[in-house]
Amino acid sequence: MSLPPLPEEAITIGADARTWREAVRLAGAGLEASGAARSAYSEEMIRMIEEHGPYVVIAPGLALAHARPGPDVIKDGLAVVTLSTPVAFGHPHNDPVSVVLGLAILSIEGHLASVAELANVFNDATAIPAIAAAKDAATIIAIMKREQ
Amino acid sequence: MKIVAICGAGIGSSSILKVNAERVLANLGLEADVTAADISSVRTAAADAQVILTSSEFVDAIGKTFADVIVIENYFDLQELTEKLEKSLG
Repeated sequence: MSLPPLPEEAITIGADARTWREAVRLAGAGLEASGAARSAYSEEMIRMIEEHGPYVVIAPGLALAHARPGPDVIKDGLAVVTLSTPVAFGHPHNDPVSVVLGLAILSIEGHLASVAELANVFNDATAIPAIAAAKDAATIIAIMKREQ
Repeated sequence: MKIVAICGAGIGSSSILKVNAERVLANLGLEADVTAADISSVRTAAADAQVILTSSEFVDAIGKTFADVIVIENYFDLQELTEKLEKSLG
């Protein structure tokens, strides 16, 4: 199994975001920078949270921002944003968020294997604090590829 | 036995829940068909499910169901999933 592509240009470290919307837009900008999604995908990810609530905060300190496959997705991709100051998404248990993942999936078919690899990364409880503390993109890529 | 993981898009978070639920069930030696679905299709996807796995945001939208609705806080905490699935199925 392999993760959706996570190139360095999709990684933003120590970003300043005052609100969860700004944090999600940064993840969307990472997906746009790597050519995985168009700029409108950010607003789709935000709309999912506005519509359904902060359920994307799936673990303490971690949000998995994503929307459905659609015309704004160009190819499968991941983005990682770490925040200099954690922001609240309004989640009852897992706030505040210091790491935001952006996920773009081109089609529902066949996406499960790559998303399953996210479980392999984050079932290790040390992964979120290690990513939050990382000083460079190479360190984050190594953690996400489980090379350290 | 049928278990359905529900999220907003039917990809991403519900897929992670599906994968980790399958791992926990294998560890417990239980056989179940685990699927991921989005909240808009919960009526059909979960019509014959024994268990629905989701987060607290979707409990109201899931509404009345014969299935046992289990709210998961940390999708990557296999211990939490194990305890809640064991309690529901045991």
